[in-house]
Amino acid sequence: MAYPYRHDKEVRVLSEGFGDPAARTVEGWKRYGGYQGIARALEIGRDATIDEVKNSGLRGRGGAGFPTGLKWSFMPKDSGRPHYMLCNADESEPGTFKDREIIRWTPHQLIEGCLVGSYAIGASHCYIYLRGEFFETTNVLARALEEAYEKGLVGRDIMGSGVDIDMTLHVGAGAYICGEETGLMNSLEGRRGEPRIKPPFPAAVGAFGMPSTINNVETLAATPHIVRHGAEWYRQWGTEKSPGTKLFCVSGHVNRPGNYELPLGFPMMELIEDICGGMRDGKALKAVIPGGSSVPIMSADDCRSCTLCYEGVEAAGSLLGCASVIVMDENTDIVKQVRRMAYFYAHESCGQCTPCREGTAWATRILRRIEDGLGTEDDLDTLIEISEQMTGTTICVLSDSLAMPIISSIEKFREDYLALIRRGERVGAA
Amino acid sequence: MADVSRRADTVTLTIDGHEVNVPKGTSLLHAAETLGIEVPHYCYHPGLSAPAQCRICLVEVEGAPKLQPSCVTMAQDGQVVHTESPSAKRMRQGVLEFYLVNHPLDCPICDMSGECKLQDYVFDEGREQGRAREPKRVFGRDDFGGDVFYYGDRCVMCTRCVRFMDEVADDARLTVVERGDRAVIDTFFESGLDDASFAGNIVDICPVGALVSKDFLHKARAWDLDHTPSICPNCSQGCNIDLHARDNLVQRLKPRENQEVNGHWMCDYGRANYEWINRAGRIESPGVGRGGKRRAADWQTALGALLDRLREIEGAGVRIVGSPFASNEALGTLHRLGRAVGNVTESVFRCRRAEDEDPLPGFPLLVRRRDLAPNVDGASILGFEPAGSDDATGGLGAAASHDGILVVLGDQLGDQPEDFGADASLYVYLGTFESPAARNADFVLPVTTFAEEDGTFVNAQGRVQRFEQGLQAPGSARPAWLVLGALLAAVEGGNPPGSAADAFAALAVEYAAFAGLSHDAIGTAGAVLEPAHA
Repeated sequence: MAYPYRHDKEVRVLSEGFGDPAARTVEGWKRYGGYQGIARALEIGRDATIDEVKNSGLRGRGGAGFPTGLKWSFMPKDSGRPHYMLCNADESEPGTFKDREIIRWTPHQLIEGCLVGSYAIGASHCYIYLRGEFFETTNVLARALEEAYEKGLVGRDIMGSGVDIDMTLHVGAGAYICGEETGLMNSLEGRRGEPRIKPPFPAAVGAFGMPSTINNVETLAATPHIVRHGAEWYRQWGTEKSPGTKLFCVSGHVNRPGNYELPLGFPMMELIEDICGGMRDGKALKAVIPGGSSVPIMSADDCRSCTLCYEGVEAAGSLLGCASVIVMDENTDIVKQVRRMAYFYAHESCGQCTPCREGTAWATRILRRIEDGLGTEDDLDTLIEISEQMTGTTICVLSDSLAMPIISSIEKFREDYLALIRRGERVGAA
Repeated sequence: MADVSRRADTVTLTIDGHEVNVPKGTSLLHAAETLGIEVPHYCYHPGLSAPAQCRICLVEVEGAPKLQPSCVTMAQDGQVVHTESPSAKRMRQGVLEFYLVNHPLDCPICDMSGECKLQDYVFDEGREQGRAREPKRVFGRDDFGGDVFYYGDRCVMCTRCVRFMDEVADDARLTVVERGDRAVIDTFFESGLDDASFAGNIVDICPVGALVSKDFLHKARAWDLDHTPSICPNCSQGCNIDLHARDNLVQRLKPRENQEVNGHWMCDYGRANYEWINRAGRIESPGVGRGGKRRAADWQTALGALLDRLREIEGAGVRIVGSPFASNEALGTLHRLGRAVGNVTESVFRCRRAEDEDPLPGFPLLVRRRDLAPNVDGASILGFEPAGSDDATGGLGAAASHDGILVVLGDQLGDQPEDFGADASLYVYLGTFESPAARNADFVLPVTTFAEEDGTFVNAQGRVQRFEQGLQAPGSARPAWLVLGALLAAVEGGNPPGSAADAFAALAVEYAAFAGLSHDAIGTAGAVLEPAHA
């Protein structure tokens, strides 16, 4: 079996080259149709490129799902100032491992995506901000970028078009908050990784005070395909509101966890039962976190009719986020899972805003106490109230990201908490 | 109101049901302030950038999806803002509870207690009972160098101190280290704030007891301090300050906002030099007679004898040694008296001068000036000339051996020999402390310091500024303007001044620089003199 797991129901647009080491070279990538997207973009011009992406309905793959073409169109047309394209490769959402695969198997796919994006927004410099822990990934991308420079695909006068686009790799120091777009900009500029207040928005005042656009790796990687084949081609997959394909990072208690590229709108149960080969050891499904740890937890019931698109998961009470599906079986200790997540957010809070700085740490301590069998039923009310106080009250959404799993887990798995509180019984194991 | 609201550069909005018209670009927090509504805030400070991170100033703006930080949300026409809506109040209560999760609540031993914004806000709006049962994280105390201790456990992470050092002092010595609830303020280097010349301001702007002054540590409780508006006496910048006094002793100096002079700030040199105001061993009663024949006398006797002497030696040459620490009222009345009793051949003052100026980069109006006294410009306006060297010594040769009338006001003559004034036909010494060089004085008259009287100084910008009496004078020491004014009235006829304002009014008649001015007109903000005079 090639690349860890494949499945016939996959639609492999972004992941076509996964598992093929040859795709890491310019030559190899061109065999997959590489660098035709940027060639077409250069041919049709900036505005048409933005329109193509707009028409495709591509939505940001970093989690928020903001329409990419619309975001690009926010950039000023004739500001007379340098524009910057920022690629967010600080993939650190727990449960997410799609950007890493895109970069390490098809680095040129990202480079080409960055070229398309940079060209569309009139940026002559693109920064790719890589997660600090991406050692191998960074090396692969750096080698690919060198080759792209050598072949005249990046740098001055790319592909003889007269357009200059430089690209810089910037490796972070390993902070979750630097994946937040304005936190990333601060970090890139050499400041503390702390999100900035918006407004001003990045399109007005972004990196180094200049108009900037920031896109996720998967988003940018999709754009060359869209420009090359056209918006309609991309819309053949997915739903009206969530067109195209998406990488789903499935982890947890399934038989075949991994990255699967599926059209948006794919049924969640089919993903678990069919694509991933069902639950491990035939256990029953207990809960799913569909979009990375920051989204509300779904119970098994919520999953039954859920389709994996932005609107579908929202209708089921959660968020698609970055489509990092964490599957938990009946043996899972939800309280421990939530406590572990809370610890993560408390550890990664930048500490600027009071509700997040104090709230995440306090919630962690309460959860730890409950886990130790010393909780009270009042603690659950306190946790919910703290979580509400952490929602919508801070500069970025890190504290909201903890509030969602806490509130949803108490709503949906209250019995697990009560078993610990009332009888000191743990439900499930590690 | 209606007329104002039509102007293009203002906006009209409604806050808590009150309509208010403010200039465009005014924050909601400021707009509320103009209505007398205080929106609680920590990270926001009017003299610094606004990071909007404390999250306690969030208010409800109708139409906005969530609460908005009032410090960075600009007022818009037609906006309807609620600072007391249930959602805003609930959020504030929540933020206050968050602050107390790790706060040690050591108010009984905290210097900030009584003027602490955390204490105030929690008292106003906090929950009656906190719900945090977990152990608190503990940092302990850190010596930041200079005059500053940092108590990390009390810190609310507003980062005002970091931003002050960076933005205003242009001397980034502080930073936030670590993150989350482990975040703490720290210095970059071992030297910390040593030799920083404006670092004392971070203690002032700290909204809680995290940054405290070593000098003030455990010295007084905030509620025991009397605050008196005054002028910093330590250089000619004339920073507006408050004297904080307890038991008739100045405990500390704090800057008082004046955007034309010192903004919200003052320098560490000025702040640290207040002990001299409290120095004991003052002259407490008038003395009559030279050397060993000196006898204590009451004011009536002393001034009566002095008047008799003045009448005897009418028309003599008069030499005056003044002081740049004396008020305009004192110096002006002294000069007038000199001219009334004789021919003023010399009137000088001596002033210690620093080698360099020390400007505050982020607030360029504020400069610690070379002249280390508050009224050099006032003395010059009133006819006094600088004498002596930069360490305020020498330059008094003519005065020392003068054979006419010699009057010394406020200069302690520390460098002068014991026979200073021995040849004078009349030597009057008005001062605060005995001096060997006052041995030959025929009259030693105890006067007050600036802290014990009302008066005015003229600063280096040519701005006349008032200070008020904050301390009781020791013994029977009296303001110099009162003593000299009584003598002048006796010599010239007319009524003696009953207050410093009266004394100033007389100067306004005589000196063109002060024409049209009065204590009332000067007010608390000061008044700029015409450039030709300043």
